[in-house]
Amino acid sequence: MNASKETKYFYLFVFPWIVGFLAFSLYPILTSLYYSFTDYNVVNPAKFVGLKNYKDMISDELFWKSVKATLYYALVSVPVGLFLSLVFALLLNMKVPGKRFFRVAMYLPSMISGAAMSLLWVWIFNPQIGLANYALSLVGIKGPLWLLDEHWAMPSLIIMSFWSVGGGMVIFLAALQGVPASLREAATLDGANFWRRFWSITMPIISPVFLFQLIMSIIGSFQVFTQSFIMTHGGPHYATLFYVYYLYQNAFVNFNLGYASAMAWLLLIVIMLLTYVIMRTSNRFIYYEGGRK
Amino acid sequence: MASTSERKTAAPGRLLGFIVLLVLSIVMLMPALFMISTSFKSNAELLLFPPTLIPKDIRFDNYTTIFEKMELLLYYKNSLLVSGFIVIGTLLSSSYIAFGFVRYRAPGRNALFMILVATLMIPYPATMIPQFVLFKNLGWVDSYLPLIVPAFFGSAYMIFLLRQFFSNLTDELFEAARIDGCSEFRSFWNIALPLCGPALATVAIFSFLWSWDDLLGPVIYLNSNDKYTLPIALAGLSSKFRVVPWNTLMVAAIYTVLPCIALFSFCQKYFVEGISLTGTKS
Repeated sequence: MNASKETKYFYLFVFPWIVGFLAFSLYPILTSLYYSFTDYNVVNPAKFVGLKNYKDMISDELFWKSVKATLYYALVSVPVGLFLSLVFALLLNMKVPGKRFFRVAMYLPSMISGAAMSLLWVWIFNPQIGLANYALSLVGIKGPLWLLDEHWAMPSLIIMSFWSVGGGMVIFLAALQGVPASLREAATLDGANFWRRFWSITMPIISPVFLFQLIMSIIGSFQVFTQSFIMTHGGPHYATLFYVYYLYQNAFVNFNLGYASAMAWLLLIVIMLLTYVIMRTSNRFIYYEGGRK
Repeated sequence: MASTSERKTAAPGRLLGFIVLLVLSIVMLMPALFMISTSFKSNAELLLFPPTLIPKDIRFDNYTTIFEKMELLLYYKNSLLVSGFIVIGTLLSSSYIAFGFVRYRAPGRNALFMILVATLMIPYPATMIPQFVLFKNLGWVDSYLPLIVPAFFGSAYMIFLLRQFFSNLTDELFEAARIDGCSEFRSFWNIALPLCGPALATVAIFSFLWSWDDLLGPVIYLNSNDKYTLPIALAGLSSKFRVVPWNTLMVAAIYTVLPCIALFSFCQKYFVEGISLTGTKS
């Protein structure tokens, strides 16, 4: 096939995505940048107000509460969640009896997600009749009020997030199975202990997967919505006012679309910057088969 | 000799691993077991503390009376409709687009692919406001179109995934077809697609699970009660009652996750395949 024909077919096939990208990604991103400099409520035409929305953000106490809540959640749930899913995967990668059962048991909770999971955990965290305080009472601890307590609401949601580590675990498990057994055996013969084998063989080989998981988890943790919407409504006392939930409220409850767009743009920039920084700094630690990309 | 000494050191490690796994599995399964148990309880037993794992009075009728308490069937139908169209749209468009990215060299291809990968990072909240205004101007608010139509323009994630599968098909295959006079579209439809059955299954499963779970999109676009999808209906349930009927809520939650669990148990193979592709070949 000659080059011009090939070009023609390439664009014929990729055409829908280009249209979709322009209409549902590029156009919205640029428009929301414009909206972020306006006062806009859908009904009346957007009125240009310059940097007002961004200035308002700085003095908006709830905005800072939402930033704090989201960072709190991300800083704890992402590293601990990644650690747990890697440990679970390492355990499941051993030759133990009942492996299939264990894998299903730990992955199954990831199938109970979103709204259904939220309802279940509202019950679990019920201080009077819930499972959490029952489990604590077995070891003689009087449990907290969980979602009803300003200081415990966020830890509650973080604990709940660990219930879904099965998703990450399966990805790590797939990566671990790609580690050549011959390498590990050779290292064992050379006298390398478990830690040495883990840090010098396993970890470098699965490091690209680890990086991918890290970035995806961070992006995900910045976009928590369902838990706020169903379990806590941002409370108590704004303790779980997640960024995206507050953004949603500004946009679709208060119809303050200009302000919400400024928040949306900030979120986009932060996610892009973070991804870039992680990719750059991780370059040294990531091992790519067949040399550096 | 080496093998016996290795077995000696490995055995205690394995036993410890087994015990840790057993404990972890029990901890992970407990919430789900209590979810099932609560769904079968009578109203009176709900208030017991400590909660019973096996209900004293097993109420199977909780699973039938729910249809009188809420219009579960209607929400089920709505959710199936939305997810069904999203799956069809994603399958058709993403495979079609991925085929283009793999099969043809053209100026701008690499740049476009870079853009595609970059869009993986764009959070939905960053685009949802202008999208809302766009769909509102089209008169699509309170319909399923804003949720369904974008799926027909390809999902970056799925295009990325399918591209990996398509790259495994050899050029010779398509060259042969071309010599036999097979058009490019036919070689996509009749050669590439049938060879990528497992990949398509993976795409279908994951786009179903994600759309089935989605709350933010439906919350923004669906206003009338009879159009609600299951997640909105569940969200509404939690705040509808003064005394929370946990048994009813758990029944509704179980009905909601049932299709996902069924998919998981019937298609485990595809889960593993899809996961290893999305996770490792990034």
